[in-house]
Amino acid sequence: MRFLALDVKILPVPAQRGLSGPFFYGLLCCVAFNVLGGVKNVLADEFPSLRRQADIVRLVRQDCGSCHGMTLAGGLGPALLPALLHDKPAESLVATILYGRPGTPMPPWGDFLSENEARWIVDKLQKGFPDEP
Amino acid sequence: MSLNTMVAVLAASLLSACAAPQLRGTGDLGVVIERAKGRVEIVETSGRSVLGKVDGLGDLSHASLNYSRDGRYAYVFGRDGGLTKVDLLEQRIVKRVMQSGNSIGGAISQDGKLVAVANYTPGGVKVFDSNTLEQVADIPALDETGKSSKVVGLVDAPGNRFVWSLFDAGEIWVANLKNPASPVLEKFRNIGKEPYDAMITADGRYYLAGLFGEDGLALLDLWDMPSGVKRILNGYGKGEQKLPVYKMPHLEGWAATGNELLVPAVGRHEVLVVDQNHWQEVGRIAVHGQPVFVVARPDNRQVWVNFAFPHNDTVQVIDVPSRKIVHTFKPGKGVLHIEFTPRGEQAWLSVRDENRVEVYDSESFEKLGDLQADSPSGIFFTHRAHRTGL
Repeated sequence: MRFLALDVKILPVPAQRGLSGPFFYGLLCCVAFNVLGGVKNVLADEFPSLRRQADIVRLVRQDCGSCHGMTLAGGLGPALLPALLHDKPAESLVATILYGRPGTPMPPWGDFLSENEARWIVDKLQKGFPDEP
Repeated sequence: MSLNTMVAVLAASLLSACAAPQLRGTGDLGVVIERAKGRVEIVETSGRSVLGKVDGLGDLSHASLNYSRDGRYAYVFGRDGGLTKVDLLEQRIVKRVMQSGNSIGGAISQDGKLVAVANYTPGGVKVFDSNTLEQVADIPALDETGKSSKVVGLVDAPGNRFVWSLFDAGEIWVANLKNPASPVLEKFRNIGKEPYDAMITADGRYYLAGLFGEDGLALLDLWDMPSGVKRILNGYGKGEQKLPVYKMPHLEGWAATGNELLVPAVGRHEVLVVDQNHWQEVGRIAVHGQPVFVVARPDNRQVWVNFAFPHNDTVQVIDVPSRKIVHTFKPGKGVLHIEFTPRGEQAWLSVRDENRVEVYDSESFEKLGDLQADSPSGIFFTHRAHRTGL
């Protein structure tokens, strides 16, 4: 089995706490092409496991939902629906999750979620967040 | 009368006898919100059982309710702006209206004739006839600049008044609805940053709003409105690093125990003890996490506390005279609400992730049993019908 791997990785500049300034974020592109087996995602280990995904979906719906609404249509916190988030820079949303937004009620979730998990949440929020099984 | 007629009459009277509802009161009834299903359970506390379920209430992910003064109907306020009138005895929806895009709670007037709903989107209060759910008043929450504000902490007050707070604008409004067609409003501005919830003392005299944006509480004495809103417990955590708050405390359950008020601190794992005569902090009780509900047992001897994520699997009981924690236990993940039976011998807890409501003896702390409920959140017993602010 032979891999042709194109691995371009530009690490994002650590997000500023407070999110007031501009963000530098780079393209993260990591593509592997398995000549024999077709396209394969070699980043699989960077995404949460299926079981962890289920936990995260529950966390977002139930716990983020206590301010943003279980349907994510908003509450005391703003709505988190794709129509509002799809064109926002993902990195700034990731930083908001991990570090919170000082000066607002949004707390930091970095003690409970890794950066990759936050990235996975943002990706799902921008596309339409899954329901709990 | 022919034989046929006689048989028909006999059959009809038998049928009506069967259909005649069994008479019962509502004083031992309650409603449990099944938040994920848009459904409520009707429960009774005498035999600790589920009498039935009523479906079709929309998005109940954040829901609360008030009772009609006869204790028969529940007015359920859903997250999606739905207002649903549920008949506890017939276990059915009487009427349902979508009155806004996003609501947080409501209140019923002193005379029982008006139901007011606090809305986030668009921000404001709408008032409905409690009988028909016809809208009788619409009061948008616009600040001086015309900007819309989310409404929180809506309660009823003596004199057929409603009181609420504007989260974004930092204001408290008092509305007199003796004449519902033309509400008389009194507005108090600059009461503090981000009032997130409020309560009224059981006598209907003091309205207290908790502030999220700064340390302290805003206090309005409804017996002395000209004196305006006072700030109390200013900077109660000065110089201390605030801890993150993963769920807003609720103030409906603030515990008034005689001369003392026990309130959740914000961003601190403490319950604050406030002297009601001088409105000063007289003590702090270290607790397991960020308190959410701080609920007094009806005799005021004990206060039960639940907590925000990630400590929401735990409940603590405070002995009020000694201000000591006398019991800590873990019913399961997602303890969302605590409700005492009317005279307090039992505490009912909703345990969201275990899909059950647990019932405890409030003196021995022994678990008496549980009831199945799908992702239960709020538990509301009908004795609230006769309490100001609930």
